[in-house]
Amino acid sequence: MTDCYKPRDECGLSSAIKDAATAKMPLVVRGAGSKSAMGRPLGGYAMSLTTERMRGVSLYEPTELVIGALPGTPVSEIDRMLAKHNQMLPFEPMDHRVLFGTSAEPTIGGIVAGNVSGPRRIAVGACRDSLIGVRLVTGRGDVVKSGGRVMKNVTGLDLVKLNCGAWGTLGVLSEVIFKVLPKPARSLSVGLGGMNDTTAIAALTAALGSSFAVSAAAHIPASIGSDSTTIVRLEGSDGSVAYGARELAKLWRSFGRAELIEGDESANLWLRVRDAHWLAQPMDRSIWRLSLAPSKAPHVLADIRQKLGVRYFFDWGGGLVWLAVVDADDAGASVVREAMANTGGHATLVRASSEMRHRIDVFEPLPPAVLKLTQEIKKCFDPDRVLNFGRMYAGI
Amino acid sequence: MSKIRFTEPNREILARRDSIINDLTRLVDPAGLITSTDECRAYETDALTAYRKMPLAVVLPKTTEEVSAVLKYCHDTGVKVVPRGAGTSLAGGAIPSEDAVVLGLSKMNRVLAVNYDDRFIRVEAGVTNLSVTAVVAENGFFYAPDPSSQLACTIGGNIANNSGGAHCLKYGVTTNNLLGVRMVLIDGSIIDLGGDYLDSAGLDLLGLVVGSEGQLGIVTEATLRILKSAEGARPVLFGFPSCEGAGKAVADVIAAGIIPVAIEYMDKAAIEICEAFAKAGYPLDVEALLIVEVEGSDAEMDATLADITAIARANGATTVRESRSAIETAAIWKGRKSAFGATGRVADYLCMDGTVPTGKLSYVLAEISKIVQRHGLRVANVFHAGDGNMHPLILYNANDPSQQSKAEAAGDDILRLCVEVGGCLTGEHGVGIEKRDLMRYQFDDADLVQQIRVRAAFDPRWLLNTDKVFPLDFRCQG
Ligand SMILES: Cc1cc2nc3c(=O)[nH]c(=O)nc-3n(C[C@H](O)[C@H](O)[C@@H](O)COP(=O)(O)OP(=O)(O)OC[C@H]3O[C@@H](n4cnc5c(N)ncnc54)[C@H](O)[C@@H]3O)c2cc1C
Ligand SMILES: Cc1cc2nc3c(=O)[nH]c(=O)nc-3n(C[C@H](O)[C@H](O)[C@H](O)COP(=O)(O)OP(=O)(O)OC[C@H]3O[C@@H](n4cnc5c(N)ncnc54)[C@H](O)[C@@H]3O)c2cc1C
Repeated sequence: MTDCYKPRDECGLSSAIKDAATAKMPLVVRGAGSKSAMGRPLGGYAMSLTTERMRGVSLYEPTELVIGALPGTPVSEIDRMLAKHNQMLPFEPMDHRVLFGTSAEPTIGGIVAGNVSGPRRIAVGACRDSLIGVRLVTGRGDVVKSGGRVMKNVTGLDLVKLNCGAWGTLGVLSEVIFKVLPKPARSLSVGLGGMNDTTAIAALTAALGSSFAVSAAAHIPASIGSDSTTIVRLEGSDGSVAYGARELAKLWRSFGRAELIEGDESANLWLRVRDAHWLAQPMDRSIWRLSLAPSKAPHVLADIRQKLGVRYFFDWGGGLVWLAVVDADDAGASVVREAMANTGGHATLVRASSEMRHRIDVFEPLPPAVLKLTQEIKKCFDPDRVLNFGRMYAGI
Repeated sequence: MSKIRFTEPNREILARRDSIINDLTRLVDPAGLITSTDECRAYETDALTAYRKMPLAVVLPKTTEEVSAVLKYCHDTGVKVVPRGAGTSLAGGAIPSEDAVVLGLSKMNRVLAVNYDDRFIRVEAGVTNLSVTAVVAENGFFYAPDPSSQLACTIGGNIANNSGGAHCLKYGVTTNNLLGVRMVLIDGSIIDLGGDYLDSAGLDLLGLVVGSEGQLGIVTEATLRILKSAEGARPVLFGFPSCEGAGKAVADVIAAGIIPVAIEYMDKAAIEICEAFAKAGYPLDVEALLIVEVEGSDAEMDATLADITAIARANGATTVRESRSAIETAAIWKGRKSAFGATGRVADYLCMDGTVPTGKLSYVLAEISKIVQRHGLRVANVFHAGDGNMHPLILYNANDPSQQSKAEAAGDDILRLCVEVGGCLTGEHGVGIEKRDLMRYQFDDADLVQQIRVRAAFDPRWLLNTDKVFPLDFRCQG
């Protein structure tokens, strides 16, 4: 049983971290812990720190499309509040509970720390694109702010983006501010069946290269379900979505007969894509997330499948591949990383046993010059290495 | 008297000028080395023309390797470097110092790859913003950030300042449209951040580099996201009898959940200046004008415009004029995009760039006019209203030193106001030297110290664009 700091406010957070820094005692940082099984495992630390008591919406101006919250606020609470004004977090963050089989609610601090985004990322950007301001406490215990509550801001260095996706290795976020969007008046999906990976990605590419309000594009190959599904989601005003669906069906004529999917059926489909639902079971399979140029994805997959038993599907028009490795003594790392090597993209091991995550690089290894910068940046935020030391990379 | 201070040049470097130049001739193609006073003059200022300094020398490399060799040399010998694109910075970001070498990217202007399937273009950093869209337009694509200076300004400068433009309300600014960079660090090492895919591995160093005003490294190549153009786009002019009405209409459109592609604001002074220059057909009998652009299919544009028009009328709009042809559309945008240039023909001006919450627009506009009057000057307002990014142009006469200091004092007051209402000093032009000493309006020392530490992680000796962004009394600390 480890002891846990549970600060109630930024001040308490700062003094907890100062204590830890003085004692040179590493801390495990968590929101509620939904992604605690992600990243490199943090073994043997005496203390953890949770932001679960720092919760609540700190700022909401529906007419200005901004919302701010304390880090331990459950994402569901933010969603509910926004829904009352028919608004949403644009980037559609995934819910890791499906993959990890956990139940505690994801917090907004954890979402930002992981730069977690979902299918709509290709249309409106990632979490880091909606995030416009942060407050955080560094590993020195200093309270630092960056960005703010306005949409455009180039005043000083962008520590907002630097901390989004840093997995709590630089600072513990004490407030996060987002720009939000109105919910689309209408959302529907257009689907094609019976396609192989290559033609499916070509169909998605055609859709994304159109001007018809495409907000998501995925391909679920036949190996996952009974038949393959290639789907695109259109979002916007009633008229533009109806028009887009008609035009898209025409554009796709050479690929096959497009089918409309509406209402709950469409919404549920995208929830499954968002949360990588098809790969969740069985729980002991290792899961990878590959980010690469869409046109390269079918080749990379063909290459991997020659050497490994995998279940997989594509999001982001092919630019994101989710992959579950059926059986391999290195979670498939050597095959996956070799297949990715010449693509320029990167692979992250999202789910694997703690022993496995200890043995292999969870995040894509960095080239030496970038690693050196990363080390320098870690040092200047957290010289005593108290925050999530080693979570992303050894020594960081 | 002018207010912005410059640090004393390093005498030891000045004394070594000849040997430094001699060394540089071995590192770059001789055609890319400029040392004569006459030729260096073109590099002594940027668009903040009230200030100028003659650089030690100018180098115009043609390759990333040349950039690397020059930076490594400067690093090893302690010479400062000022990166430069087209020199259109309004904040003095590209103004050199006597002991610094200007490294200009103007000769690195090739398009390296265009990929419509993966929707990106890769270019060298000296390519102009407009030429990117020009390359992909034939296939119906465009690059979203569109600063008014797009004919001249470079992608490298856009990245350094996280530049925006009229159409960024819907599509985001540079940072939201950049996939990757190749960049040279001060010690000469070459790194790639991001690439032709989304969300780079490791820390978001790409996000950190955008908007860092040439202080972390020199960008030599960039991979940019390109988008398919909408089927149609239509700007509409809305004239209002009061500035408050126009400001309120902007806030109401956003509040109604409508995100047009652009909402641009002009007050009477700006309308008159722009109309005289561009003959865009702007109404002259109004106090304020909004240019709202919507896009999509005809039916979609009609529907959105009906909603926007209702809101505008409810706020007292007296003129509503839709563009009916491509020629009219071009004229409307020409008027807006030439606003700064047209203003420069009638007076000297200081362009402010603070951003405020959209709900505060009317209040801030009223306060700005009071501030400027208090300093005995005039102002023209023309700006990106949809995201609250204001550009009051403070008009003055540069030949009258007392007017220049009044204009600068009025600018300070305006920016302080922007911060007070919850906004920031600069939305898209950068801090440069202009707002360097105002940073404490917005940041506490702890905020600035942390930024400085990050800066030092890239450039421990403070050689890159040394005297920009941070107050002069703030320097490298461990
Ligand atoms: C060891 C362990 C086992 C668990 N087992 C179960 C279980 O069996 N069943 C169950 O129902 N639940 C379990 N949980 C809890 C559950 O998974 C979580 O509560 C979860 O749903 C919430 O996680 P989160 O999104 O807040 O992010 P987290 O997973 O807490 O954090 C994600 C990442 O963000 C970082 N981070 C979080 N907040 C911040 C911040 N403010 N600033 C900077 N970085 C931050 C973290 O350090 C981490 O790197 C377990 C938790 C732990 C720790
Ligand atoms: C008439 C006019 C209208 C304008 N309209 C807009 C507008 O609508 N929106 C807007 O955002 N801005 C606008 N600007 C400001 C300016 O054009 C932008 O900031 C532009 O991005 C600067 O590009 P540049 O190539 O001229 O860069 P420069 O002025 O040469 O340099 C700007 C900064 O970038 C650094 N830099 C340049 N190249 C590099 C590189 N390759 N690597 C690292 N650092 C580099 C410089 O050191 C300097 O700090 C306008 C300016 C003018 C004069």
